[in-house]
Amino acid sequence: MIELENVAQSYGGERLLSDISLQLAPGSFHFLTGPSGAGKTTLLKLCYGELRPSAGQVRLFGADVSQMSRDDIAQARRRIGVVHQECQFLDHLPIHENIALPLTVSNRDTTAEAENLKELLIWVGLRSRAGALPPELSGGERQRAALARAIIMAPEVILADEPTGNVDWEMSQRLLQLLIELNRMGKAIVIATHDLNLIRAAKSQVSARVLRLKDGQVHAAGADL
Amino acid sequence: MDQVARVLQFLAGDPQADRVVPPTGFTVRLTIFTAAAMAFLAVFALALSLATGRLADRWSDALARTATVRISTAPGQLQAQTDAVLEILRTTPGVADARALDIEEQRALLAPWLGPDVPIDDLPVPQLVELTETEDGFDAEALRLRLSAETPGAVLDDHTRWRRPLVRAAQRLRMLGLLSMLLIALTTAAMITLAAQSALAANARVIQVLRLVGARDTYIARAFVRRFTGRALIGAVGGTVLGMLAIAFLPSASSAGGFLTGLGFSGAQWLWPLILPPLVAVLAFWSTRATVLRMLKELT
Ligand SMILES: Nc1ncnc2c1ncn2[C@@H]1O[C@H](COP(=O)(O)OP(=O)(O)O)[C@@H](O)[C@H]1O
Ligand SMILES: [Mg+2]
Repeated sequence: MIELENVAQSYGGERLLSDISLQLAPGSFHFLTGPSGAGKTTLLKLCYGELRPSAGQVRLFGADVSQMSRDDIAQARRRIGVVHQECQFLDHLPIHENIALPLTVSNRDTTAEAENLKELLIWVGLRSRAGALPPELSGGERQRAALARAIIMAPEVILADEPTGNVDWEMSQRLLQLLIELNRMGKAIVIATHDLNLIRAAKSQVSARVLRLKDGQVHAAGADL
Repeated sequence: MDQVARVLQFLAGDPQADRVVPPTGFTVRLTIFTAAAMAFLAVFALALSLATGRLADRWSDALARTATVRISTAPGQLQAQTDAVLEILRTTPGVADARALDIEEQRALLAPWLGPDVPIDDLPVPQLVELTETEDGFDAEALRLRLSAETPGAVLDDHTRWRRPLVRAAQRLRMLGLLSMLLIALTTAAMITLAAQSALAANARVIQVLRLVGARDTYIARAFVRRFTGRALIGAVGGTVLGMLAIAFLPSASSAGGFLTGLGFSGAQWLWPLILPPLVAVLAFWSTRATVLRMLKELT
């Protein structure tokens, strides 16, 4: 669904990623690790068309990103759920409307999805906070809301950038469980994290590949995890 | 039909879509105020154009059909010369009617210039003979020659000499009125463009979020365009109503003999200013849309 072929990415002449090839197939589960600044966020941005590669080719659902129009990218993003590292919301709308925003902007009937929305809010533990405005939420609550927003469209791929950075262990298990369930339904999942415990917890339940970003390259991490 | 449906759909709006852009107080107020002020000015420019149009028509029409013969001579000969002039006019082809003004009419004509109390009976005031042309008109040169041969004190004044510059001035005024309307339209578009730009800049984060969750440019643009179009329409309605009221209550200036005209609308012309609000709305629609789409293209 998402394919990277010999992709390189530079910021202002400085090469951050080079010669990366990666395929996200339906039902696959990937962890992306690496020290801070290694380029995890950058790699995910390449996967949802936020960045265009400096070299190489990125294909989203078979289409070459460099050939895609802005509308094509917008269309592709409806099939990719993204949990951003810095979760951004529309601060003037209550959290339940923010979570439903992908439906709103794709002109889907949000009232028809009200039941889904409610269940989702319960799953991420935000039922009682549904009417709050984003600035009133804690960091962990924002991350949970971001995850809910990423999956409300039932996307085929879910890219989560450090989704458990601000939540406690119990909640991170809960969120992981949600992602594992989605993976069992055939969604491709990528989680960027440096939380090794989370990776271990996941590996006991799904067959996840762990990719380590180092010196601008991805390496398959060994069985030491 | 499809287009009409789309316009109606656009105006009806999508309350959910409108909410994605936070209400930004300042640019909104700026837009309403600009639209109101510009519509207000446009009402006057329109009134000016229509009034000067009316004026030009009236002057070229009414004045073209009349002429005056002025007889200045020794008081004793005045009556005889007047009779002679009337006789000449009666036999001139193209003159429908000729009539010597009586003393009261002359007094009324002169009163605005000399004041009501001047004893004009004692002044050597020339006798005026007013004539009306037929459809075909008369040969002014021939008449002038004949008058100077037979009644040396009589001078024909067919008004064209001073009518032409007046008509030209009125037409020029009308041009200026239309030019003002054009300038007002351009200024409105410019102001709304600036307001839309600043609203977009202020909402850069909102746009980024919308983009990240898969909103197309047209969706984002529509939220802004609808808001600006709506505000411009509201402002323009207010400004137009105020402008029309101001003109309706303008002190009347039409008592000065009928060839001056008040700055205003007459009859069906009152319908003209009503096109201003939709015009401003269309202007706002296109300038906001062009601005937003252009600015969005510059984003990633
Ligand atoms: N837009 C940008 N312009 C320039 N440098 C950037 C930009 N985004 C990220 N970087 C740099 O790229 C490196 C990797 O960033 P990032 O992908 O966020 O790493 P990670 O998510 O693994 O911490 C960092 O050194 C960061 O400073
Ligand atoms: Mg990062």
